Amino acid sequence: MAESKPKPEKLASVDYRPPSKSWMDVPPEIRLGTFNWAANPANAKYLDLPHVRKWQPTDEDWKLPDNWQQIVLEGLADRLQKYRSLKVFMDICVRCGACADKCHFFLGSGDPKNMPVLRAELLRSVYRRDFTTAGKILGKLAGARPLTPQVIKEWFLYFYQCTECRRCSVFCPYGIDTAEITMMGRELLNSIGLGIDWITTPAANCFRTGNHLGIQPHGFKDSIDFAVDELEEITGVRVEAPINKKGAEILFVSPSADYFASPHYYTLLGYLQLFHEIGLDYTWSAYASEGGNFGLFHSSDMMKRLNAKVYAEAKRLGVKWILGGECGHMWRVLHQYMDTMNGPADFLEQPVSPITGTRFDHARSTKMVHICEFTSDLIANGKIKLDKSRNDNVKVTFHDSCNPARAMGLFDEPRYCIDHACNHFYEMPENTIREQTFCCGSGSGIGTDENFEMRMRGGFPRANAVQYVHDKHGVNMLACICAIDKATLPPLLEFWVPEVEVCGVHELIGNALIMKGETRTTDLRGEPLPGVAEEADATDSVAASDGEEVSKDV
Amino acid sequence: MKALFSLVVVAVVVLLTVLAVSTSGGRTFFGTILPFAAIAIFLVGMIYRVVYWARSPVPFKITTTCGQQQSLSWIKNNNLEAPRNFLGVLGRMALEVFFFRSLFRNTKAELKSGPRLVYGDARWLWLAGLAFHWSFLVVFIRHFKFFVEPVPGWISIMQELDGFFQIGLPIFYITDGILLAAITFLFLRRVFNPQLRYLSLAGDYFPLFLIGALAISGVIMRYTTLRVDITDVKLLATGIVTLNPVVPESLGAVFFVHLTMLSVLLLYFPFSKLVHMAGVFMSPTRNMANDNRVRRHVNPWNHPVKTHSYEEWEDEFRDVMKAADMPLEKDVESK
Amino acid sequence: MYDSGKVIIGVLVFLALLLFPVWYNLASGEATTQGPELAKPVKGEACVLETAYMRSNHMDLLDDWRERVVRNGERIFAAPDGQHFEMSLTNTCLDCHADKEKFCDECHTFMAVDPYCWDCHIVPETPTRQEVTYVN
Repeated sequence: MAESKPKPEKLASVDYRPPSKSWMDVPPEIRLGTFNWAANPANAKYLDLPHVRKWQPTDEDWKLPDNWQQIVLEGLADRLQKYRSLKVFMDICVRCGACADKCHFFLGSGDPKNMPVLRAELLRSVYRRDFTTAGKILGKLAGARPLTPQVIKEWFLYFYQCTECRRCSVFCPYGIDTAEITMMGRELLNSIGLGIDWITTPAANCFRTGNHLGIQPHGFKDSIDFAVDELEEITGVRVEAPINKKGAEILFVSPSADYFASPHYYTLLGYLQLFHEIGLDYTWSAYASEGGNFGLFHSSDMMKRLNAKVYAEAKRLGVKWILGGECGHMWRVLHQYMDTMNGPADFLEQPVSPITGTRFDHARSTKMVHICEFTSDLIANGKIKLDKSRNDNVKVTFHDSCNPARAMGLFDEPRYCIDHACNHFYEMPENTIREQTFCCGSGSGIGTDENFEMRMRGGFPRANAVQYVHDKHGVNMLACICAIDKATLPPLLEFWVPEVEVCGVHELIGNALIMKGETRTTDLRGEPLPGVAEEADATDSVAASDGEEVSKDV
Repeated sequence: MKALFSLVVVAVVVLLTVLAVSTSGGRTFFGTILPFAAIAIFLVGMIYRVVYWARSPVPFKITTTCGQQQSLSWIKNNNLEAPRNFLGVLGRMALEVFFFRSLFRNTKAELKSGPRLVYGDARWLWLAGLAFHWSFLVVFIRHFKFFVEPVPGWISIMQELDGFFQIGLPIFYITDGILLAAITFLFLRRVFNPQLRYLSLAGDYFPLFLIGALAISGVIMRYTTLRVDITDVKLLATGIVTLNPVVPESLGAVFFVHLTMLSVLLLYFPFSKLVHMAGVFMSPTRNMANDNRVRRHVNPWNHPVKTHSYEEWEDEFRDVMKAADMPLEKDVESK
Repeated sequence: MYDSGKVIIGVLVFLALLLFPVWYNLASGEATTQGPELAKPVKGEACVLETAYMRSNHMDLLDDWRERVVRNGERIFAAPDGQHFEMSLTNTCLDCHADKEKFCDECHTFMAVDPYCWDCHIVPETPTRQEVTYVN
């Protein structure tokens, strides 16, 4: 479909004035650029999803099943019984409005229904009408409304204009988490066959082949082998990358984009270098060749179905514990859901770094460690040599990915890695980093081309903060630890701040890593490697891992 | 419109009370039956609400982390923003309940030309919210002196502190002023902020008017010549809590308006957004530790789902794996 | 996970706090439907103003008297019924209501009111018990 992409100037003037009509009377506008196409019926069928049919959001009639109201209301009742969070969040919002201008989609679009409080009211209004006394008696006066096809269309539009980033939940005095409400809304939509393709198809692929991209085992092996070859060309060092190796000590699980997309690929090279250099006894898995989990964006059941492979594969291969790569929502699942859903992982051992001997007590039940935790421990113990000057061609800032930030509290580990891998690191303004970080605007399965305008709007607050450090410090590289970020921040920055590129933290580590027997003249992207020309006299002053802190210029 | 509706409802209740208490039946109803029923419904309603919530499990540990997690020994964990243990959770909840920690973070985003998004301080909401809740609590506790005999010393001390500046006679309670100022701010904010006005419901204005009327009637009784004989108020109040209802004759319309506003507030409480009083303690993003990888959280309804097992997967891809020289579990020719 | 234990504790604390007046009165056993019993004035027919008004608003009168005496140097109060009184807590009020303890303090203690009259005024000697009769 030919689309005319909007211009930054147009999107930068946001009208925050709400309409004169009450929000209940404003119909949803299904406009190209702000929604996602419906699920491919074949893939939905493959996953045994209910009410599969051919339809599109642009159709007037969405061909809802005959008893759709019953399905939705029973589904809501069922979820109220399963989730205390839903009950509490439905009841206690006081509409103080603190969340309103915390949402990147509201800031970028000005659409009042993108205020987290109103997004929740979309569902709450239906809850009131059918589940509360006041709503039953007073109706609209109590903020209740009947469930109509228009409400469903509104849900479809706005529950797919939320990236489940949880920024609003940080500011809410009661911790109301819109992600939780969006997840329930999406489950209800899926129960009447209203899924989107960018979630359903990756989930189907992952279910079948083991990864979102649908790469079959031999293709997976080709990609890894190709990376090994290319790494040898760049560094002169031949690394090993075992796949499905039984009896390895550690299973490494990473998002599939790492071995098939750019700039993720350079992060993959970084992992391979690092694992070789420390002599890690590990294995990749072709069956669990996806750490990411688009099931999270679909339903808790789908999340569990896809996630089951990780523990199953760890058990089959007989590893001791699991190491996880750079990915945002993957870590939401691994940290907050995996052990509960598919645990207990009593067949694994408490993770211990075979290199430093550090016991990862904080992962003793789930038995899975984040690569940034693992690497910063290596650095702190002086087990790897890093030459910061090799990253002198970049001025780096760090984008906290939503899920590691607000669902894990992983803030200092990646910063520690970056501090030891490059000389020029600048933080973005404090309202836009750490727990207050802004989403890329394309997470939770809505990073599609057809949703381009909304993504650029939603990503605007993030891009604007990048612009700030770009203007002030000349920052030209945005580091992050999320596969969706690496896929969607480049187009976002090209739109708003074209001079800044995106990389993974382990790409920086890979570039800085001094390997035994290396002969390198370029960095992982094939650009001349700074510091190598002066290597002869620089070897003494190599910034090895001595725990030295780089002063952060904020 | 919604604000006006709420105002009218409060006004009608006030009027009804004023008219009714000129009859002895009306005095008995508004002086004893209604307050008693209101207290009972409030208590039962709140417990019912909490039990309703508690009957649903917390299937997943979905803590919102607002600070550094506990990971490596040399990285400092922020136990109050990403609690690693129960003590941290207690601290986090205490900050939230007593000081509105999350609201304290509030900022106001503004889009300036450039385009430049700037984030300014917006702590007025925090300040007004905190001022309102704290002063209401102090006023509420001060009123216990009407319900108990003898009055405990700590209530007297609280009164004395509240009247610390000894302004006027009877001495002006600071909390009376703060409470009225705070709800006025909260009301004006709701009306004049376009976004907030857009998302507000009648149920957002109603408690403000109700509490406003409650406070104003109280202020009238203390600081103006419409003053009541407070020993009679105490007889009525103590009568309610000791199940010995009396309605002393000296009590006039202003007092009954005050009592009725309180009764309506109590009646309305368990069925409205005001249940956030109990709900804040039950919020799963705040009341759990961020120890997901340390202790397994159990989901009582963790039902089995259809998965794609390794065996099924290998069966499907055995040929290509074999051709690619990948390790196999079962090295057989697939059909 | 239900955390029923914590929820039950929470509900009990909530009830214990809010039902404070109920259990406190039960424990003290002093809750009354009668109100304070005031000592009858030792002399005089009527108060300077109507009794009902005095019960709830005496502090206004006293405040007014203090203002007029201390700031304006006035001494005499003309009551609406034409009688004249010296504006004096000690000489006028306490002349009739001689027993502070059985008159002033009765209500003030009952209502936990702590007027600052006695910051300056000396409490006159309490008359002997025989002189005091009680209002029923």
